[in-house]
Amino acid sequence: MKPAPFEYHAPESVDDVAGLLAEHGDEAKPLAGGQSLVPMLALRLTRFAHLVDLNRVAALRGVSRDNGSLTVRAMTTQAAVERDAEVARAVPLLARATPLIGHFQIRNRGTVGGSLAHADPASEYPAVALALDATFELVSKSGTTRVAASDFFEGTWQTCIDAQQALVAVHFPVWGGRCGFACEEVARRAGDFALAGAVAAIEVDDAGAVRRAAVGLFGLGPTPLRAHAAEAELIGEPPPTPDGYRALGQLAMRDADPVDDVHASASYRRRVGAHLVARTLASAVEEARQAHDPPGAARAR
Amino acid sequence: MKMVTVTVTVNGEPRRASVEARKTLADFLREDCALTGTHLGCEHGVCGACTVLLDGAAVRSCLVFAVQADGADITTIEGIGGPGGELSPVQAAFRDAHGLQCGFCTPGFVVSVTAFLRDNADPTDEEIRDALSGNLCRCTGYQGIINAVRLAARAGVR
Ligand SMILES: Cc1cc2nc3c(=O)[nH]c(=O)nc-3n(C[C@H](O)[C@H](O)[C@H](O)COP(=O)(O)OP(=O)(O)OC[C@H]3O[C@@H](n4cnc5c(N)ncnc54)[C@H](O)[C@@H]3O)c2cc1C
Ligand code: FES
Ligand code: FES
Repeated sequence: MKPAPFEYHAPESVDDVAGLLAEHGDEAKPLAGGQSLVPMLALRLTRFAHLVDLNRVAALRGVSRDNGSLTVRAMTTQAAVERDAEVARAVPLLARATPLIGHFQIRNRGTVGGSLAHADPASEYPAVALALDATFELVSKSGTTRVAASDFFEGTWQTCIDAQQALVAVHFPVWGGRCGFACEEVARRAGDFALAGAVAAIEVDDAGAVRRAAVGLFGLGPTPLRAHAAEAELIGEPPPTPDGYRALGQLAMRDADPVDDVHASASYRRRVGAHLVARTLASAVEEARQAHDPPGAARAR
Repeated sequence: MKMVTVTVTVNGEPRRASVEARKTLADFLREDCALTGTHLGCEHGVCGACTVLLDGAAVRSCLVFAVQADGADITTIEGIGGPGGELSPVQAAFRDAHGLQCGFCTPGFVVSVTAFLRDNADPTDEEIRDALSGNLCRCTGYQGIINAVRLAARAGVR
C-alpha cells in the first residue's frame, strides 16, 4: 500500500509552518506523529498534494507551567507526557489518560496536538481537554487565536482549525485545593479505541462537599461531550451514596448521543457509559476527600 | 516524480538512497537496504510486525516516511543479535520458550520486547501483557511469547 504522491516539507520554525499552510491552503496537511494520518493516506481514504511535517520544529515540543495552567506544546509526544513528572503533578487527569492511548509504540510517535486535532470521538485526550476547559492556541500567518475547548470540537474528526492554521499549544488549567481525578474506559482489547469512556475531575471543600465537578464522555457521541446535568447535580452536595453514583451515571447518559456500529450498539454504550461515569465519579470524589492539600503541594514536601 | 535523498544509519552502517517522499521507512529498509527482516503485515499501524528502533524508540516503520528518518539511527531485527549471528538474550528466550511458530510476527515482537526490557528490566506479568498488546500473532496464542519475555527478563536480571 502506498499513499498518493505528495510533496514533503520539513519546516523548522512555526513561522515557516504558517507560511507553507498559507501558500498551499487546503492542498496541504500538517503531519504530526503520523499515527492517524499515515494509515488514512495508506488506505487512500484521503490525499494531499503537500505534507507539512511538524517534527523538526523544536519550538513545538515540551511542557511548561505558567501561572494557573500547564502548557503542552502540540508536538509533545504521548510518551513524553506519560514520563513527565510535572504533568502528573499539575494535570493528573492528562497523565492518567495517557497509558490508555494505543500501545507504547504508538505513544512514542503520537502527539498531544495530533490527538486533539484528529478529534476522534473515542479518543481520551479530547475528553480530558473538554472536561478541564483547556484552551487551544492556533497560529496562522495572520496571527494567534485562542479557542475554548467547548468551541474546538465541531464533529466527528472535525475541529475549528482551518486549512491555514496549525495548533501550536494547549493550555490546561491546573486545579488547586482538594481534588481527585479518574479516567476509565471499556475497549475490546488493551490499546484499542474505547467503546465508551469517562473522565471525572472533582474538588471538595473543607467539609467534604463537592465544590467543582467536571465529567467528560468519549465514545458516547459524535464529539467528546460534557455531562452537564450530572455535574450540576453534584455541586454543593455531600459525597453521594453508591445508589447516588448509579443515578448520576444514568443522568450523565442524558447528555450522551452514541451510535450503533460494528463494534457496539448505542444501547450497550449507554449502559457501559453509565457505569463508567459512576465509577470515575466515585473514585475522583474519594481521592479528593483523602487529599488534604493540593496534590502538587502534598507531593512537593 | 520528485525524489528526496535519505541518509540514515541502519544497524551501525551508513545508508543513503534517493526515494519518493511517500516511501515508508519499512519499504525503504526492505527495498533500498535489502533488509527484509522487517515484516509488513497490515501496512496501516495495527499489527506491529514492522517495528524498528528509531533513535532508540520502538516505532511502527509503516507509519514513518523514510524521508522523516533522515539523519536518524535505526536498528532493525538484523541488528538485534551479535555481529557473528549470536542470538540476543530476547531472541534466545523466544527460541527457548517457544515464542514463535511461523515467525512472521517475530521480528516485531523481538524489537518491541528489546525496547520494553531496556526501559523496564523487571516487569510484572500485567506490564508484560500490556507491552505486548501492540503486536499481533496469529499462531502462538501468546502464552509462549509471554513466557519468553519472562525468561528474557530473568536472564537480564541475573
Ligand atoms: C494501533 C493504533 C491504536 C490507537 N489507539 C488509540 C487510542 O486508544 N486512543 C487514541 O486517542 N488514539 C489512538 N490512536 C491514534 C493515535 O493516538 C494518534 O497518534 C493520534 O490520534 C494522532 O496523533 P498524531 O500525532 O499521530 O497525528 P497525525 O496522525 O500526524 O495527524 C492527525 C491529524 O491531525 C492533524 N494535525 C496533527 N497535528 C496538528 C497540528 N499541530 N495542527 C493542526 N493539525 C494537526 C493532521 O493534519 C491530521 O489530520 C491509535 C493509533 C493506532 C495506529
Ligand atoms: S505493518 Fe506496520 S503495523 Fe502492521
Ligand atoms: S508466529 Fe506466526 S504470526 Fe506469530
